[in-house]
Amino acid sequence: MPRIKIARKSTAIDMTAMCDVAFLLLTFFILTATARQPEPLPVDTPASTVKIKLPDSDIATLTIGQGKVFFGIPGQDVRTLLLEKMSKQYGIQFTPEEIKRFSVMESFGVPIGNLKQIIALKGEERNKEGLQPGIPVDSVGVQPSELHQWIYQARYATKELHNVDMRISIKGDSKEEYPEIKKIIGILQDQNINKFSLITSLRGEDN
Amino acid sequence: MAELDTSGGGKKGGGKVRTKKMSTRVDLTAMVDLAFLLITFFMLTTTLSKPQAMDLAMPDKEKTDEQQLTIADNRTMTILLGSGNRLEWYMGLVDKQLTPPTVEGYGKNGIRKAILDKSKEVVGITGDPKKGLIVLIKPSDKSNYRNLVDILDEMKISNVQTYAIVDISDPEIELLTRDGIYK
Repeated sequence: MPRIKIARKSTAIDMTAMCDVAFLLLTFFILTATARQPEPLPVDTPASTVKIKLPDSDIATLTIGQGKVFFGIPGQDVRTLLLEKMSKQYGIQFTPEEIKRFSVMESFGVPIGNLKQIIALKGEERNKEGLQPGIPVDSVGVQPSELHQWIYQARYATKELHNVDMRISIKGDSKEEYPEIKKIIGILQDQNINKFSLITSLRGEDN
Repeated sequence: MAELDTSGGGKKGGGKVRTKKMSTRVDLTAMVDLAFLLITFFMLTTTLSKPQAMDLAMPDKEKTDEQQLTIADNRTMTILLGSGNRLEWYMGLVDKQLTPPTVEGYGKNGIRKAILDKSKEVVGITGDPKKGLIVLIKPSDKSNYRNLVDILDEMKISNVQTYAIVDISDPEIELLTRDGIYK
């Protein structure tokens, strides 16, 4: 009696289509991914269970850590206008070249008097730790602090260009002492900004 | 790799010698593996790296008489943030405490239990779910930013609707000093 032969089929599948799809998706994700900008002031944000994502545009970020405050705002057009406004305010002239270089700086933390030197530096040198001393937060006499002015003018610039209210987020270091935070919140409240966002990282609800 | 040897063994006998036709198929398994690995990587980094934003509304600084509302002291819970990741809480007013001040830690095993208990209790007293617990957060100078975010997060977790960050007063600092969490 002859044995019944089971036809052996090949287990190889045609993977061409799968490969195509995979690489198409890969290309999409690579292109949409935004490269992380190097930060001049690295901070360790505290964790929370909040799951609301931060918006991308028209939100200024105040980075607070090691007793220093850095200011950052997205959008080249906003930064250009902001520097023009600030130069008018403080009577410091910037060349068009300097304004252009400033417009690609994500965030900075120097007194306005030293801004020219920081602008002149190269990207990597600029972000060296400990180089930038932070924006002065103390008011001098009747004059409001420089941070106050930066925020104030940035709000104007955002409103003029995009016709939306600028939002403010605070990115603080976990170890930062409360009085420092309080001072910043005080500056915001002086401008009647009572609503802002705290940037946190994610964690589970159990701990 | 994923291909099994399905050819029957043995030589085929005789015949002309033909030039072997090579298959043009390439094994794509490894390539697909790699592609999916990279996809996973990029997907996770793009969506997860976005920071979370916790919205915070501060009470208005300028106080006018109309904005001052009187609230029952049995509904208010005061949380004082001290040093060393410790906090202290009590119900009522600082000079008329309804419960003795308790020192506690943050998180699930610390303050959360007290908040949940009290918010239930307060709803029981007022008999109106809308009139729940009111929490006053008073960070002292010795607390850090993480403490503030933790306690605000605690408000979100235990679903406390009314809370505010208020400046700490001197009697309360004394309270913290007495319990040794103001260093």
